[in-house]
Amino acid sequence: MMQSPDGILDELKARFGSAVLAEQAARDAVPTLWVKSDEAHSVLKYLKSETTKPYRMLYDLTAIDERLRVHREGQPPGDFSVVYHLLSFDRNADIRIKTPLQGESPSLATITDLWNSADWYEREVWDMFGIGFDGRTSLRRILMPPGWEGHPLRKEHPARATDMEPFSLDPARQEKAEEALRFHPEEWGLASRGEDTDMMFLNLGPQHPGTHGVFRLLLQLDGEEIVHVVPEIGFHHRGAEKMGERQTWHTYIPYTDRIDYLGGVTNNLPYVLAVEKLAGIEVPDRVKVIRVMMVEFFRIASHLVWYGTFAQDLGMLSPVFFTFNDRERIFDIVKAVMGGRMHPMWFRIGGVAQDLPEGWETMVRAFLPYMLRRLKEYDGMIMRNRIFKARSRGIGSYSLEEAMEWGVTGPGLRACGLEWDLRKKRPYSGYEQFDFEVPTAQSGDCYGRSVVRVEEMRQSIRIIEQCVNNMPPGSYKALHPLTTPPLKEKTMHDIETLITHFLGVGWGPVIPPGEACVGIEATKGMNSYYLISDGGVQSYRTRIRTPSFAHLQMIPLISRGLMVADLLAILGSIDFVMADVDR
Amino acid sequence: MSETLLHIIIAFVVLIGAMSVSASLIWLERRLLGLWQDRYGPNRVGPFGLLQVMADMIKIFFKEDWVPPFADRPVFIVAPAIIVAATLIPFAVIPFSPGIVVSNLNIGLLFFLAMASLSVYGIVLGGWASQSKYPLLGSLRATAQLLSYEVFMGLSLMGVVMMTGSFSLGAIVEAQRGMWFCVPQFVGFVIFFIAGLAETHRLPFDLPEAESELISGYHTEYSGLKFGMFFVAEYLGVTFTSLMIATLFFGGWRGPVFPPIVWLLGKTLVFICLFILIRAALPRPRYDQLMSFAWKVLLPLSLLNLLVTAGVLLARR
Repeated sequence: MMQSPDGILDELKARFGSAVLAEQAARDAVPTLWVKSDEAHSVLKYLKSETTKPYRMLYDLTAIDERLRVHREGQPPGDFSVVYHLLSFDRNADIRIKTPLQGESPSLATITDLWNSADWYEREVWDMFGIGFDGRTSLRRILMPPGWEGHPLRKEHPARATDMEPFSLDPARQEKAEEALRFHPEEWGLASRGEDTDMMFLNLGPQHPGTHGVFRLLLQLDGEEIVHVVPEIGFHHRGAEKMGERQTWHTYIPYTDRIDYLGGVTNNLPYVLAVEKLAGIEVPDRVKVIRVMMVEFFRIASHLVWYGTFAQDLGMLSPVFFTFNDRERIFDIVKAVMGGRMHPMWFRIGGVAQDLPEGWETMVRAFLPYMLRRLKEYDGMIMRNRIFKARSRGIGSYSLEEAMEWGVTGPGLRACGLEWDLRKKRPYSGYEQFDFEVPTAQSGDCYGRSVVRVEEMRQSIRIIEQCVNNMPPGSYKALHPLTTPPLKEKTMHDIETLITHFLGVGWGPVIPPGEACVGIEATKGMNSYYLISDGGVQSYRTRIRTPSFAHLQMIPLISRGLMVADLLAILGSIDFVMADVDR
Repeated sequence: MSETLLHIIIAFVVLIGAMSVSASLIWLERRLLGLWQDRYGPNRVGPFGLLQVMADMIKIFFKEDWVPPFADRPVFIVAPAIIVAATLIPFAVIPFSPGIVVSNLNIGLLFFLAMASLSVYGIVLGGWASQSKYPLLGSLRATAQLLSYEVFMGLSLMGVVMMTGSFSLGAIVEAQRGMWFCVPQFVGFVIFFIAGLAETHRLPFDLPEAESELISGYHTEYSGLKFGMFFVAEYLGVTFTSLMIATLFFGGWRGPVFPPIVWLLGKTLVFICLFILIRAALPRPRYDQLMSFAWKVLLPLSLLNLLVTAGVLLARR
């Protein structure tokens, strides 16, 4: 990420002199400022609405348990830190505001009055760290079940089931768990009576064919009209962030594949980029182009799943079979190159696992024109279908303002007319070398999002074509001691390389202390990995910012007053993956 | 005496025939959908998977006959029976060949419309008796949809009735000696076809089921043989609507060379395949879009068709 501080830190220091505790140099060059916890709210308010070229989006809000951290040079003391990551579209820059907190159960002021989207993020921080937020209505758990005890991302919480007592379900516990499932509309802020009608509550999910995964929506219905929706997530939570603190830097790569399980190696990319940034590895050009090519293949594959299933949500039976067949063709190439299908876990710190196999160009060259033909066919079958248009136009629309307010990224943001694509705005992995366009739409509705995704597939084909035509020669891995597993050329010839190799493979690479956050334009929006190394073989804190989490939070806003069928259209058009939401 | 016996035999043949044709439609539909969707469809049991229907039937017969404890038991049990009966009975008025008809009612068409209205009860009661929210929403949709589409179904046929001067299906087939009614009554045919799709609640009119929205709609709580009855009733409806289209608009059993029954069944098969093709091709409109299409497009259109037909007939007289 290229960032220029452009004086924002000085501006903040000048205005909030005494509140500013320290400035921190992060490896990713995002301006990072420590402020007092009681002043954080006003600093954020200033950044959102008062400064010129404001930071409109709350990109991420998370926390760090600092109690076991060794390398905290220059940082103010504290047991926990809350991290606010803001994004400015006008500046094309980020800023990170950190605030230290003391004690066992600290709390600070909520920012839900500044950003609506802070709601779920604050709930997550409460759930995971037990950090309270004052001045907001309720602080329910979000990822863990209501009866859970403890806060999993605290360091004292065990990361393995074997560190805990064996699980037993005695009758009292079972009763408690079942009682917790009883539905009380008032607890969800829903009234059971309207002005002159009784409301119907419909439980949509967690097992429902239209929710694409374990996702629960509580609908308050007046007839078939939606009065209110309350989304509930957490059913797919697997503790991916906690696992990052347990696995070595290298062995965590397979876990990233399973975050957005339709994205395959797209998930590996921000992770390895962040680790490489911490380690200071510069990868060869061939690696960059191979990575870009495979990521674009997965973008098409993921969009194809969306294409078929969205059509199916609107009642079309056939497209899902066609698009899945096409996806199989992509998987044929993925299998030939990487050996895996959906989760190839193929990118490595400092490179990729293997070089491209012999004959890969032929496979790729055969696929591209085929895919273009199919896309043209789908245009007629789906995008130009009048019932499809009637079902998706004007449904689930939001303005650009709302999109920024709620942290919407990816095709959902571009459908509102903003040409915001990290591949263009902050090119990574050599995207600046490629010739492609960023498709946008103006309507911000289900149809607009569809138009953007369909066009993105065409652009991905263009990028892949350029990869095939211009694949640079060279090594598929960087010659760097921290590349894992390292290149073997000198291993058997000199003892230093042998020892580095031995440690890197047997123990895992030791990544120098530091913090880095790398975001990429993933299939569903901006996905970033915020990694903190404390100089160990595993990360001290792994924060995964996923696009789907933010997107689901705005469902109530865009579906009120519509029909149940529209809600399903909205869900389909958002293109989320529950594993990407819950992590 | 012998005539009574003949009628009984015809009734039995029609009953068995209708049931087995509808059952084998399950196989036909799955194979055709497979063909159109670049996959195989059932091809393991017997030649071309033909015995799949048998396997399904055996499975469904031996499933536990379960009624949810919260359901309204008697109504829950009676509902699938109503729908199967109401879709089977109108087969009685179809003339399969000259002289081969279970009952040549002189109000055949009205009888069919009445039975079509009755079949709504099966769905509504089934959804209502399930005492569950998704079936309730499904049957709510079904009530509105089927009641409104029934209006045009009746109106679209009135042109045919005017041209024939009779409600008897036999007479209608007779009247198509020179020209099939699909030519002068093309609008009527199109509206009847659409209304037929809606009445059999097949895609794009499968809103009462809408599996991506309502799980399975009105029959969500049904399983085993009772579910099977809803299933068979749907295919019976498809068969019957296709038979009606062939009879009312495409000359019924009329046609050269081949025996009349072959012509009728052949025409019917074409429309059945059309039903399946439409299911493979179209998405589902929203409930309110469906209703506004019915009342704002189909109603004026069928009334206009009626007026024009009447005008032409009067002018010719």
